[in-house]
Amino acid sequence: MRWFRGAAATPAKPEAKANAAPRTSRRCIGLGEFTRELKGSEDRKLAVLDLGPTSPANIAFLTDRNVRAYHEDILRCAQEPSLYVKKEDGKTALDLAAFFAENLAYPDAHFDAVLCWDVADYLPEELVKPVVESLYRVLKPKGTLLALFHTKDAGPNAPYYHYHIVKPDTLELEQGSGFQVQRIFNNRHIENLFRDFSSRKFFLGRDNLREVIVVR
Amino acid sequence: MWKARPEDNRLPLNNPQPASATASAAPTAAPAVKETPKFAPEPLRGDVGHIGKSVVIRGELTGSEDLYLDGEVEGTINLRDHKLVIGPNGKIKAAITARDIVVHGKVEGNIGGSERVELKRSSSLSGDITTHRIVIEDGALFKGAVDIKEHAQEHKTETRKSSNSGSHLNSGSTLGAPVPVGAGAGQGSFLESK
Repeated sequence: MRWFRGAAATPAKPEAKANAAPRTSRRCIGLGEFTRELKGSEDRKLAVLDLGPTSPANIAFLTDRNVRAYHEDILRCAQEPSLYVKKEDGKTALDLAAFFAENLAYPDAHFDAVLCWDVADYLPEELVKPVVESLYRVLKPKGTLLALFHTKDAGPNAPYYHYHIVKPDTLELEQGSGFQVQRIFNNRHIENLFRDFSSRKFFLGRDNLREVIVVR
Repeated sequence: MWKARPEDNRLPLNNPQPASATASAAPTAAPAVKETPKFAPEPLRGDVGHIGKSVVIRGELTGSEDLYLDGEVEGTINLRDHKLVIGPNGKIKAAITARDIVVHGKVEGNIGGSERVELKRSSSLSGDITTHRIVIEDGALFKGAVDIKEHAQEHKTETRKSSNSGSHLNSGSTLGAPVPVGAGAGQGSFLESK
């Protein structure tokens, strides 16, 4: 499963701030489905967690829909040097307890939806399952999660993107830096990863990106 | 104690001098970062307090005048109906309440702007935002929740992007529009839940 082991032995520094990368728009059917789930609940404020880098467009999109928008860039947080401790064998490892003390520390069933983007492709190996378990915990029953996964054809040098929602079914992709694909999930891996969830729905893009709608 | 010297009253709160990114730097910004029309500059009030970068405050900071804060504060800040600008050297660990809050520096704590909150590209905020209007520049680091108070129509979220228009999107290149796998099966799900 871990195809590109060692590709990022030392966590790379994410870029300090948004760079000048041009943006490309992309239709996202999964996002369309995700957005439809957000509708019809305008009488009460939904809570949506965005796990990507801070995106003014996403915050605007969500708050315009009477959503309480939460932002947490867990990829950046996972690179916090203070979270890495030296083990007895001299190797450094991520302190999971410290990570989850500062990240995804929300009450159970707090969110109606989560925008996970392609975070799972870039997370350190030891964080993938615990993060998904945490997402399961913080999602409400019937809550929706949108995740993107690179396909095998994307390769280890697939660019890292920031995803900005510009329309209910359209994203703008802004190329970022500092992260490298750590692994490729095939459909079976994805099913296993989200096996505790009640349903998974896949959409395959022509740009070597799969969109997955997962319902808790 | 925080009364400014007369010359400080001329401090442009919307574009504080200590910020390295002055108006002249705007043209060098990323092409993707399009400046939205500048909001109408508010007339400066008579009194604008100025706290320099060498000042460290622990406790409660309250005031009834606009304040430019470039130092360190740990505790609470309450300016009620006034504007607070946190300069690029500002390091705040406090719950902040003010009418308008502009952040260039680093803030840990919840902020409540009764009118508007603005996170500049150099800013870093870890905490929740409650306000009527919010402006977040690309490059700002934010961890927390945004709660827009329900209000009149004009209280809409602003962004520094003009790319939300449909025409812009339509003219952009479109990467692979995803096609449902398994045509005819609704939205193309081929791994529906069992």
